[in-house]
Amino acid sequence: MSKQRKAVSLISGGLDSMLATKVIQDQGIHVEGINFYTGFCVEGHTHAIRKKDKEKQKKNSSLWVAEQLGIKLHIIDISEEYKDIVLNPKHGYGQNLNPCLDCKIDMVARAWQWCMDNDFDFVITGEVIGQRPKSQRKETMPIIARESKIEDRLLRPLCAQHLTETLPEREGWVNRDELFDFHGRNRKPQLALAKKLGFDEWSQPAGGCCFLTDESYSNKLQDMWDARGERNYEVDDIMLLKVGRHIRPAKHFKLIVSREQGENNFMRGYRPMYSYLYPTSHGGPLTLIDGTPTEEDILTAARVVARFSQGRDADEVAVNYVAKHNEGEQELKVKPMPVAEIPDDWYIH
Amino acid sequence: MSKHELNARNLLRPLPVIRTQNKIASLDAGDHLVVYCTDPGTLHDIPAWCRVHGHTLVSTAESADEIIIEIEVVKD
Ligand code: SF4
Repeated sequence: MSKQRKAVSLISGGLDSMLATKVIQDQGIHVEGINFYTGFCVEGHTHAIRKKDKEKQKKNSSLWVAEQLGIKLHIIDISEEYKDIVLNPKHGYGQNLNPCLDCKIDMVARAWQWCMDNDFDFVITGEVIGQRPKSQRKETMPIIARESKIEDRLLRPLCAQHLTETLPEREGWVNRDELFDFHGRNRKPQLALAKKLGFDEWSQPAGGCCFLTDESYSNKLQDMWDARGERNYEVDDIMLLKVGRHIRPAKHFKLIVSREQGENNFMRGYRPMYSYLYPTSHGGPLTLIDGTPTEEDILTAARVVARFSQGRDADEVAVNYVAKHNEGEQELKVKPMPVAEIPDDWYIH
Repeated sequence: MSKHELNARNLLRPLPVIRTQNKIASLDAGDHLVVYCTDPGTLHDIPAWCRVHGHTLVSTAESADEIIIEIEVVKD
């Protein structure tokens, strides 16, 4: 009896990886899924934080896909190691701070390592030539295979017929004739295949799989690096870039002003690590201060907080200030800053 | 069979399910794991993860500020 061949599939939660996996399962290959957590993943986070998004609280797409396919899914936290990809992408960034090509190479390399550790034979992805301008071009496909060191054990079932034969095809583990020749941004072939395979539901990640493809998020990350004078981050930094209004009155300090109760609750967990302000005479937002404000800056910050409080039209708002690592609170009585006095370029968006 | 606990409070998804997965890898068949978390999304994630890996979901309980999920480990 021939050996049962095994593949690991990079599951993003979208339709393409779901189809690619099913096509290979239907050829008798044992498939398990792998999903990498980078810290920038869109899914779940903001919904968990923002109260108004609570009703959108829903399934984790990659787990849901695994369930539909009846495969195991291994979710791996690479958020620490991933920093090097974000900070030093050899192949540069996409439209925003998304290092897609380096990211793909890294994920395929990790999936291949996982294969070797677990006695699996090859890796599959749902990539389609021409679907993404930077990372899914015909020229980049061999780069991913080469630089991840997986070489010919990387199979892209949805566009395999446009690519050089891989080992699983050559060895007859999978039948190349039953793979596909999809290319370009037209989604019709995928939709037709989904129908044929009996899928009538899938998630549709908007734009990309992570926050780094988001312009506003990338601007905030770049602003943080510029202000700190170094390109680095901690996981807490990148979490906080997902919440609140980010207002930078000067290079040496930035305010993160919560926009609603859910963000307020989330940001409360960061109080031990930051200086912060909150209004006491009126309802209003918790505001974290990132940087090293002077006493005068703190008064400016308090006036901004007052502007976003329910006392925005009052003559005076009481705002408490707590310095980082300091138990004591200082009460400040300030006049809310009029909207017109907050320069547009203080807002990072 | 022994009972273990995992504190996944204040972690946002998917971290609670990742920590659960990693903890279960070190447990034996029949062991129980009780996971304490706060992100409501874990009420979807951990049961779904148990289903795809064949572990038994013993119970889920939700209070105002905490979610408690108990799992029985099943190994192939
Ligand atoms: S969108 Fe994000 S996760 Fe997806 S390939 Fe690009 S950098 Fe990687």
